[in-house]
Amino acid sequence: MDLLKESPSQTAGPYVHIGCVPNFAEVTGVYPADLGQTIAGAQAKGQRITVKGRVIDGAGAPLLDAMVEVWQADANGTYAGQDGADPNVSGFGRMAGDQDTGVFEIATIKPGSIGADHAPHLTLWIVARGINTGLHTRMYFADEPLNVGDPVLLAAGGRAQTLVAHRDDAGEFVFDIHLQGPTETVFLDV
Amino acid sequence: MSNPPYAPRDRDWHPPAFHEPYRSSHLRSPQQKLLKMPQSASELSGPVFGHELIGELDADLIHNFAASGAAAIGQRTIVHGRVLDENGRGVPNCLVEVWQANAGGRYRHKKEGYIAALDPNFGGCGRFITKEDGSYSFHTIKPGAYPWPNGPNDWRPAHIHFSLFGHAFAQRLITQMYFEGDPLIDLCPIVGSIPSRDAVDRLIAPLDMDATVPMDARAYRFDIVLRGRDATLFEHEREGM
Repeated sequence: MDLLKESPSQTAGPYVHIGCVPNFAEVTGVYPADLGQTIAGAQAKGQRITVKGRVIDGAGAPLLDAMVEVWQADANGTYAGQDGADPNVSGFGRMAGDQDTGVFEIATIKPGSIGADHAPHLTLWIVARGINTGLHTRMYFADEPLNVGDPVLLAAGGRAQTLVAHRDDAGEFVFDIHLQGPTETVFLDV
Repeated sequence: MSNPPYAPRDRDWHPPAFHEPYRSSHLRSPQQKLLKMPQSASELSGPVFGHELIGELDADLIHNFAASGAAAIGQRTIVHGRVLDENGRGVPNCLVEVWQANAGGRYRHKKEGYIAALDPNFGGCGRFITKEDGSYSFHTIKPGAYPWPNGPNDWRPAHIHFSLFGHAFAQRLITQMYFEGDPLIDLCPIVGSIPSRDAVDRLIAPLDMDATVPMDARAYRFDIVLRGRDATLFEHEREGM
């Protein structure tokens, strides 16, 4: 069978927000709302959580032009589109960082385990100027007993902690993504 | 298993994370190898967007930001083609988002500092969902080339950014389309991050006179290929059924 080759990736560039979250980029009046603004609606089942994070470059500076996408299961570990999924969970989020601090915020519910030993996690995809191919990673929860048997955390070995978010004093999860350096986040070849 | 996994991404075909001539990649390129992992439901599923998402003018960048009765300035252009997977199958119901500079090479963005004029009737974004055979078409104006801070005198060739969802998060892709015959393509450090000429050619849309509308708009054809299911396993599974 003759296979086609995947179209090669190119950077999303510094103006990805014009295309993906134009209202955020102040290109208003084209779409009524930006995609991915509600991952879990008010009626969604599950424990409500907030994650705050940054994408940080090799010099320790937060990226101000990144876009982070989230894909997650509902509280039962079921994805939107699968049988029995919570109709109030889209599972999809798009986050732009604060234009001064780079902090992005994910307001959602904690997903359930998808089974097969996977601990609850958010799937993340990061694009920005200077990132030639979008980066896949996962965010896990520090207070989750299933982490010990998770196949991705096990495969990450000594770097597994780069995938784990911890609660701060306010009860919010904190998850910084490091593109380089001694605490470089584990990125996945999915 | 109901569906075989997606075939692995050919990392030698895509740009490496670090490309010395592209300065922004220096501090933003992971240094460690990507961790290989088996695909789970998290990678094999993805958000689904319905046709009801798409507004009447979403695929018409000439008019979707323009004042009533007005139009964006520039060369009227149709971009069309198909979204396929690596097995050659059309990918239906795929959300595609596009964004670009205006005819003078200026983006509508507050951090954009190029001296070219803004066009009050051009926003620069559009979107559409592919049809059953994976085909799509949208109207726009041809974007201008523009200078950017990288080397002492770097210019981006005219290009349109494309964001594609496919049917699974594993297929997620952002890329750029270039226009046939643009001499800046071969000078661009971002294009140059792609390792082979063969791969670069996949991003260059040829002029398509057959789809050009006389006295109206020129057409360019751009087919986009997303990752496909592992064909070996697919055939094996069929034999086993």
